[in-house]
Amino acid sequence: MTYFELFQLPYGFAVDLGALTITYRDLQKAVHPDNFANASSHEQLMAVQKTAEINDALATLKHPLRRAEYMLHLMGVDIRAEQQTLQDPAFLMAQMELREALDDARHADDPDAALATLTSQTQSDIDQYFNDLTPILDAQDQANAENAADFIRKLKFLYKFLDEIERLEDELFSD
Amino acid sequence: MAYSEKVIDHYENPRNVGSFDKNDPSVATGMVGAPACGDVMKLQLKISDEGVIEDAKFKTYGCGSAIASSSLVTEWVKGKTIDEAQTIKNTAIAEELALPPVKIHCSILAEDAIKAAIEDYKSKQ
Repeated sequence: MTYFELFQLPYGFAVDLGALTITYRDLQKAVHPDNFANASSHEQLMAVQKTAEINDALATLKHPLRRAEYMLHLMGVDIRAEQQTLQDPAFLMAQMELREALDDARHADDPDAALATLTSQTQSDIDQYFNDLTPILDAQDQANAENAADFIRKLKFLYKFLDEIERLEDELFSD
Repeated sequence: MAYSEKVIDHYENPRNVGSFDKNDPSVATGMVGAPACGDVMKLQLKISDEGVIEDAKFKTYGCGSAIASSSLVTEWVKGKTIDEAQTIKNTAIAEELALPPVKIHCSILAEDAIKAAIEDYKSKQ
């Protein structure tokens, strides 16, 4: 059973987050330990395992990048534990420049504005990659599976960069 | 997670941080990234006409282990020929820095950075 089937959602990148949350509550209720107080230890164990699966499924379907990685995995390409390096000089140079710009933002006259610019720029890059990625995943287009893997690898750098922006924001504006 | 003393030493006193002019024909630039953690590494080698690495610089955005791995290889490659540098293995880097299994990819990144730089050098010749 795929996570989509578990949550009774149609297979596709666009996920109704409201429906996801409602189904999550129903699923959790069904396997709640209270319902298994008088059950056999085997049934209790099954319920615990089901709970873990439901939680994994929710976390995976909720986050766009994890959902994309999972959909690629359903296409037979698993990059979730790979240690392979990315060697795309132009992309990596741009990533390095973004990180240098983040260093500069720390000392900018208006760090808040500098960080906002970097965030919106990165977000629009992320949207662009998802625009290219979504049709491949939705159609389970095997001929483009490697391209999809490449988009997802690059998205990981962009999401990591958003985390770094957030960390600097917390550091600069926490008081 | 506890870092080894050698990682902390390289992290606190990184060797050879910086850049060379990438348009200089004697400069080789290797850019690599690790999707698993989003680390980005740039390794630059200054190579003599005889194919000996005279100087090396790096810039790495990543965790302590990634910074230590790149700092270490800048020390190791200096004075080596490109053929010798090509043989540096990630396992040797990981062993020297006592990297735990979850940080092995940082040493792979450093090994691949050397290879990418040498590739760049050869393409410039």
